[in-house]
Amino acid sequence: MNCIYSINGPVVKVKDTKDFSMREMVMVGKKKLIGEVIGVTDEMTTIQVYEGTTGLMPGDPVEPTGTPMCATLGPGIISNIYDGIERPLKAMTKLSGVYVTEGSAINALDEEREFDVTVKVRAGDRLSGGDIYAECPETPLITHRCMLPPDVSGVVEYVCTDGKHKINDVIIRLKKFDGIVEEFTLVQKWPIRTPRPVKNRLPISKPLITGQRIVDTVLPLAKGGTAAIPGGFGTGKTMTQHQLAKWCDADIIVYIGCGERGNEMTQVLEEFSELIDPKSGRPLTDRTVLIANTSNMPVAAREASIYTGITLAEYYRDMGYHIAIMADSTSRWAEALREISGRLEEMPAEEGFPAYLPSRLSEFYERAGYVETLNGKEGSVTIIGAVSPQGSDFSEPVTQNTKRFVRCFWALDKNLAYARHYPAINWTMSYSEYVEDLTDYYNKTVGEEFCRYRQKISTLLVEENNLMEIVKLIGADVLPDDQKLIIEIAKVIRVGFLQQNAFHKDDTFVPLEKQKLMMKVILLLYHKSLEAIEAGTPISEIMTYGFFDKLTKMKYDIPNDKPEMFDDYCKMINDKFAD
Amino acid sequence: MIQYAGLSEINGPLVCLEGVSGVGYDEIAEIKLTDGSKRLGRVVEMQGDKVVLQVFEGTNGISLTNTKVSFTGKPLEIPLSTEMLGRTFNGAGKPIDGLGDVFPQKYGDINGRALNPVARSYPRNYIHTGISSIDALMTLIRGQKLPIFSGSGLSHNKLAVQIVKQAQIADSEGKDFAVVFAAMGVQNDVAEYFRRSFEQTGVIRRVCMFLNLSNDPIIERILTPRCALTVAEYLAFEKNMHILVIMTDLTSYCEALREFSSSKGEIPGRKGYPGYLYSDLASMYERAGVVEGSTGSVTQIPILTMPNDDITHPIPDLTAYITEGQIVFDRNLDQTGIYPGLSVLLSLSRLMKDGIGEKYTRADHADVSNQLFACYARVQDARALASVIGEDELSASDKAIMKFGVYFEKYFLNQGFDENRSMDETLDLAWNLLSLLPASELDRLDEKTIAEHYNPENAKRFA
Repeated sequence: MNCIYSINGPVVKVKDTKDFSMREMVMVGKKKLIGEVIGVTDEMTTIQVYEGTTGLMPGDPVEPTGTPMCATLGPGIISNIYDGIERPLKAMTKLSGVYVTEGSAINALDEEREFDVTVKVRAGDRLSGGDIYAECPETPLITHRCMLPPDVSGVVEYVCTDGKHKINDVIIRLKKFDGIVEEFTLVQKWPIRTPRPVKNRLPISKPLITGQRIVDTVLPLAKGGTAAIPGGFGTGKTMTQHQLAKWCDADIIVYIGCGERGNEMTQVLEEFSELIDPKSGRPLTDRTVLIANTSNMPVAAREASIYTGITLAEYYRDMGYHIAIMADSTSRWAEALREISGRLEEMPAEEGFPAYLPSRLSEFYERAGYVETLNGKEGSVTIIGAVSPQGSDFSEPVTQNTKRFVRCFWALDKNLAYARHYPAINWTMSYSEYVEDLTDYYNKTVGEEFCRYRQKISTLLVEENNLMEIVKLIGADVLPDDQKLIIEIAKVIRVGFLQQNAFHKDDTFVPLEKQKLMMKVILLLYHKSLEAIEAGTPISEIMTYGFFDKLTKMKYDIPNDKPEMFDDYCKMINDKFAD
Repeated sequence: MIQYAGLSEINGPLVCLEGVSGVGYDEIAEIKLTDGSKRLGRVVEMQGDKVVLQVFEGTNGISLTNTKVSFTGKPLEIPLSTEMLGRTFNGAGKPIDGLGDVFPQKYGDINGRALNPVARSYPRNYIHTGISSIDALMTLIRGQKLPIFSGSGLSHNKLAVQIVKQAQIADSEGKDFAVVFAAMGVQNDVAEYFRRSFEQTGVIRRVCMFLNLSNDPIIERILTPRCALTVAEYLAFEKNMHILVIMTDLTSYCEALREFSSSKGEIPGRKGYPGYLYSDLASMYERAGVVEGSTGSVTQIPILTMPNDDITHPIPDLTAYITEGQIVFDRNLDQTGIYPGLSVLLSLSRLMKDGIGEKYTRADHADVSNQLFACYARVQDARALASVIGEDELSASDKAIMKFGVYFEKYFLNQGFDENRSMDETLDLAWNLLSLLPASELDRLDEKTIAEHYNPENAKRFA
């Protein structure tokens, strides 16, 4: 039997054994704590333990399990809340009270719950990896599709009858081409560190519509794309993530609270069960999975939580769904890597982070994508990762390396946050590489003018930014009127358009069409004012018309379901300037 | 019980002994010296039959041969009782007020355990501090952890005392409200200042103090906040009390942790602090909260002095990433005689939005605080511009905003040590100040709210 030799925090070592393989899951100690092998040498096997190691003793047994760390996949995942290694936290409270306990071996899925299963295949059918053999409603929004594991194919020998089944009931029996017969239930396992295979990667073509104006209009994100939200503390990373999770048009949200605050997870739990999704009329929890490994929970499980989350996402992608993953925050995950690397006495690279940080980050972000699945459906995984740079310094290793692997960068600005301008995404520091990929989509759905307006709005903001440099030195009074106009109109764009109130019933989510009309009215005011100024009207007079203030508040004054009101605004502006 | 004679190595606060068996990680050991004195130690690393102990009282006077070590078989526990209120303890939880030992109702493991996020209730409802800037702009919510970032020589201690003195729970008469105070590495006179202030204001009976002075052993300093939080959790979650935990000074705590880590030979992270500083701080801060099945709450106000007033230093930086906001002192304001000289723009309470408003404070609270932040941010812009082009050259609206800034600091931020402002007083004062500005400047407020409260007549009193 293999015994513990040394213990240092979450790192445990076993001496003189050849029984363990790399990345194998093991059971440590008498309480059977879950651990993973992270280093094997001739003399010593190193294991990271995913639970608290208090009370472990040298000499306690360590048992191999023969499989890598796996996620349990099957119906019942949606609406659930898990820790970093997929232990259900709700079930845990029933077992062990308000505190997280070690060694509570709980199955990730409820084994007693019955699902209304419809079998999709018949005896004699030939199936290959990824084919769907059964379906069952998981929540009112999501139909769960049971797929053959990717590496299995064969001929169906037996199917069960449609109707109520528990997750461990045999649904089909398959005679594989090598002659071995295997039974399949509603559950399967998949190693969390291995990406699930797909048939094809498809090009990016559709936006992830979020209802947030600065995102959809100025810095769009695509389905299957990757985005990073870096920002110092208090700049609203979590708020932004919550807004996206609530309103984006993905089918399923996987929200990973990785080393963050416990109260935030409680907030998500409470808010999402109360908030009704306008599209489906169902609570948001019906399409959300939460993975909560808060900052005080074991650090090794924090490292695993990211992989658990993305594996769940890929599983649902393979059923043909569009998934958005919110990872809050990837910096905590990187710090978990650093902490374990430090305990292993590895040679540190920049700021104590291990040298393999960039490759781990790229492995994670590369699991996003818009794909054709093995069973021929289209699905996508979009990753939105928050980054918490140390000391709000974007030159630190996690932010810099993340920047290399994402195509959409929403930099949060503390000066905007101080002025309570939310979302505090800085429009000059941020970028999105998806604009060109998505132009076709915008042209087809909201009209060609959308991209033209978008470009003009961006240009005005850049011009304002340059002018502000001058204003800071000599004041705004000395500028000529046409430049003053740029400053005034940019103020309308900033406060009236980019700033968005998450607590206002209409402003919290704004459809693309309204975003376009808002831009249209703002630009109309700009062009009319410019004409007037060129004709000799001083800007001070134009300001007295009150349009600038009115447009700043139109996001509140025009409800989302009354786009015709924009025509009144246009008419009002046209009439006034015609006088 | 097995006793192990002698040691194999002594290094700073750490000692090693060999040939040990049957000992668990994190277990507590008792070290008996030949002169009869006793010390406590904790298992921090094990390798085969070799055990590394961290000695709480320090290793002065310990030699390789003059000790006998026995293991207790459990992690460090302290006795818990409701009678601990009004008492004073040292950093490791031993009474130092001469009133004898605590008669325990139960024992608690000082390391605590991670709260299951599902078992938490989201914190709502606020704690009234009577300090305008905090109540209006960074409201303290029950179950929140809201640190004070200060610098050496600023009035954070005074503010802490004022909060303890005035803090009230809105819907109770204070009978189930108590304070747990943990001092880590503070100077003797600072500890004395707190004790005296608590006595003079009569709150001492509902305060439980843990004192680790700056010349006490550093290992004890690592235990101090954990002892305090264990008591707080017991009183809150088992005795249903609302507990405010004040911890000062977290910077000393982190220095102690760094010292301990480097004597253990660990690989340092940023500025020499151990790589696990974030997790370590989180294991304390995350013990704040409200749990289901109990009506009590643990609210934390950790105080830390930013080294060199640098908010990007790892200690304030990591703290603010874990805590739900921060209250930041501003040296310039403090020097101009404004008490409490808080830097409004840098300060933030993340839980505020759900604990204020019609149900708790007043319907206009959220909008007013938003507007104050926005206006005060503009004050900074106007001042920056004025410093370049001179105040005379400013536009009329910039001049108005400058005036607002001056009065805001003088009447709103500034308040007396004995001045306890009610929520209505604070919000009305805010409206009076906002009334200094033209109504069109108030872009965060809707017409209705403005019509209800805005009155330029009221602003005239400031002139």
